Amino acid sequence: MIGLGAYLTVAAIVFTIGVLGIFLNRRNVILMLMAIELILLAVNINLVAFSAYLGDLTGQVLAMFVLTVAAAEAAIGLAILVIFFRRRGTIAVDAADRMRG
Amino acid sequence: MHPLIFIVFLPLLAAIIAGLGGRWIGKAASKVVTTGALFIGAFLSWPIFFEYIGGSAQPAVVPVMTWIHSGTLSVDWALRLDALTAVMLVVVTTVSSLVHLYSWGYMEEDPSQPRFFAYLSLFSFAMLMLVTADSLIQMFFGWEGVGLASYLLIGFWYYKPSANAAALKAFVVNRIGDFGFSLGIFGTFLVFGTVSIPSILHAAPGMAGSTIGFAGMRVDTMTVLCLLLFVGAMGKSAQLPLHTWLPDAMEGPTPVSALIHAATMVTAGVFMVCRLSPMFQVSPTAMHVVTWVGAITCFFAATVGCAQNDIKRVIAYSTCSQLGYMFFAAGVGAYGAAMFHLFTHAFFKALLFLGAGSVIHAMHHEQDMRYYGDLRKQIPITFWVMVIGTLAITGVGLDVAGGIGFAGFWSKDSIIESAWAGGSVAGTVAFWLGVLVAGMTSFYSWRLVFLTFFGAPRWAASEHIQHALHGEHEEPSEEHGDSSHDPHHVKHGSGGYHPHESPLTMLVPICLLAIGAIFAGQFFHGIFVGPERAPEYWSGSIAFVKELAEAAENSTLWVKLSPTIAMLIGLWIAWNNYIRNPGAAAALVEKFPGVYKFVSNKWYFDELYDVIFVRPALWLGRLFWKGGDEGTIDRFGPHGAAYAVSVGNRIAYRFQSGYLYSYALVMLLGLIGAATWAIWWAQ
Repeated sequence: MIGLGAYLTVAAIVFTIGVLGIFLNRRNVILMLMAIELILLAVNINLVAFSAYLGDLTGQVLAMFVLTVAAAEAAIGLAILVIFFRRRGTIAVDAADRMRG
Repeated sequence: MHPLIFIVFLPLLAAIIAGLGGRWIGKAASKVVTTGALFIGAFLSWPIFFEYIGGSAQPAVVPVMTWIHSGTLSVDWALRLDALTAVMLVVVTTVSSLVHLYSWGYMEEDPSQPRFFAYLSLFSFAMLMLVTADSLIQMFFGWEGVGLASYLLIGFWYYKPSANAAALKAFVVNRIGDFGFSLGIFGTFLVFGTVSIPSILHAAPGMAGSTIGFAGMRVDTMTVLCLLLFVGAMGKSAQLPLHTWLPDAMEGPTPVSALIHAATMVTAGVFMVCRLSPMFQVSPTAMHVVTWVGAITCFFAATVGCAQNDIKRVIAYSTCSQLGYMFFAAGVGAYGAAMFHLFTHAFFKALLFLGAGSVIHAMHHEQDMRYYGDLRKQIPITFWVMVIGTLAITGVGLDVAGGIGFAGFWSKDSIIESAWAGGSVAGTVAFWLGVLVAGMTSFYSWRLVFLTFFGAPRWAASEHIQHALHGEHEEPSEEHGDSSHDPHHVKHGSGGYHPHESPLTMLVPICLLAIGAIFAGQFFHGIFVGPERAPEYWSGSIAFVKELAEAAENSTLWVKLSPTIAMLIGLWIAWNNYIRNPGAAAALVEKFPGVYKFVSNKWYFDELYDVIFVRPALWLGRLFWKGGDEGTIDRFGPHGAAYAVSVGNRIAYRFQSGYLYSYALVMLLGLIGAATWAIWWAQ
């Protein structure tokens, strides 16, 4: 039987990879979307792990919600990405600096 | 209502109408309103004057309204009328109304005539307030009012930098005098407890010998008061060393020079000394100072007048010199003679200035006498009135059959005789300087006439004439064609320019003044200085010294003849240098280049003041401006705050990179911080 600590460790590693993926990635917006998916996945692992550990189904229900929202968010994110590419001809993260003061 | 109310306040009303409403009523209506107000004043003033001459009038005070009542100080607007005021009323309203009329012609082409006439009337009002003042405060009001009008009129052509500079100079130099005057008023109130002139004059003899603390010393009360008041008179009447503004004031239009800087405003100082003569009588020291200042100014200004080339500046220095005469007459106690010269001088000096204006008008605004010459045939009326003015100022007359002569003969001789009769050291010096200056007056006045009206025309060299000629080429008028048959116009040096006589509006006032310049002395010397009639006429309005007038009347023959002899010598020198032998003046200048330079540069007074006052003041001003204001207040105040904001802005700007990931990083760090705080410290 694999213990709760192992699940939490995997979730923490995945979460960290996701966060670093957001900050260290300078070339590709798709990678950023994938990093966000990783963060959400890490959260899901935590939810399911605690749900199983505590015998409370609420966590798994919430994980289902998060998957749904993540799918929708990925769809919207990719749609924005397509439009962004059409307008700017690139999907490099460094090109998206219109908010500069 | 008393006619005095109309005399004084109609010009104010006219000034308000023309000044504020000139845009709507137009220039013709402005002229009529202002000129009409002054002519009404003149017509009302002369009967008052004749009433006093006839001895039927009593001194009167016409109350106008209450003004200041504070503690023991009580000042009301009131118009005082006595023999002295009557003289000044006649002088001011007559000269002012004639100058108004003259300006119709002289200012014909000026675009802002309503403003000009409004200023002239405002000046007349202030001057009338000054001469009718019942209290020192009201006199000061008029005093400052004429100063303001003088400033406005000198700088009337405000687009000329030189006119602005001259206006400022007149104002600033007069401030020095006014500072003394106001100190004198404060001191008078301190000592007498009132500023009402009759009360002060009544109490003045009782203060003889008392002392007062002034500038850390115990000094004679009346001496210090009189000297402080006299500082004001020196500023207003352009006496040494506060004379520098008067020649520069010639930047204003010529009618202004005639009215303000010759006939009326500059004589306010003499009027003030005469009005307060019972005060001055108490302090022999102050009288000596007045005599010395008057005599030295008289001499100084005459020397400078001999070496000026600008026609208006010659007359300006002449004015300064004649004012010196009036002051030393007042200084030796001959107040009647001082007022007499003020009276006659108003006529002939206004005449000379308006005549000079007519010449300038004819010569297309050329003022340099070196470019005149031979004008007597072109502008004969102007020539003749200028000759009358010159005869009057040089004092032409004969001591036969009770005397017959032009205005200046009577007044100047009576001043010079009074100085001799006064007997003091200062009086004797003033006598000799007065005789010497009579000769110099004759020299520079005839020099002006000879250079302007005689000799060969020298017009061609003048820039103004050249300018006029090129302007005329485009539209040759009919007169132009006619007068070209005149042989004088083909003479070498005329440059083809044809001076024209001035219009009637200018000639009528000059001719009326010429009548005054001829007869003012002959008719009125009895009431001004005659030992029989004068005490009755003045009847206490000035401190008339009957013994002095008698001594002056009966002075020895050589004293009586000396000014006439000096005048003839001056005339001969002028004739010799400018008619008989036109090269003589230049030769004389070459012989004494140092003297000529010294005199033609006005004894270097302007340069001296520049070094002593103007430069240090500029230096001090620059120190406070650069070091105090910009270096300290601005640097640490507004500029410093603005700089701090801009530096902070530059730092904040770096944080706003526009990259989403850096915002996310900051957000994360914030979250971590918040979580850490929540877990570790908030429990």
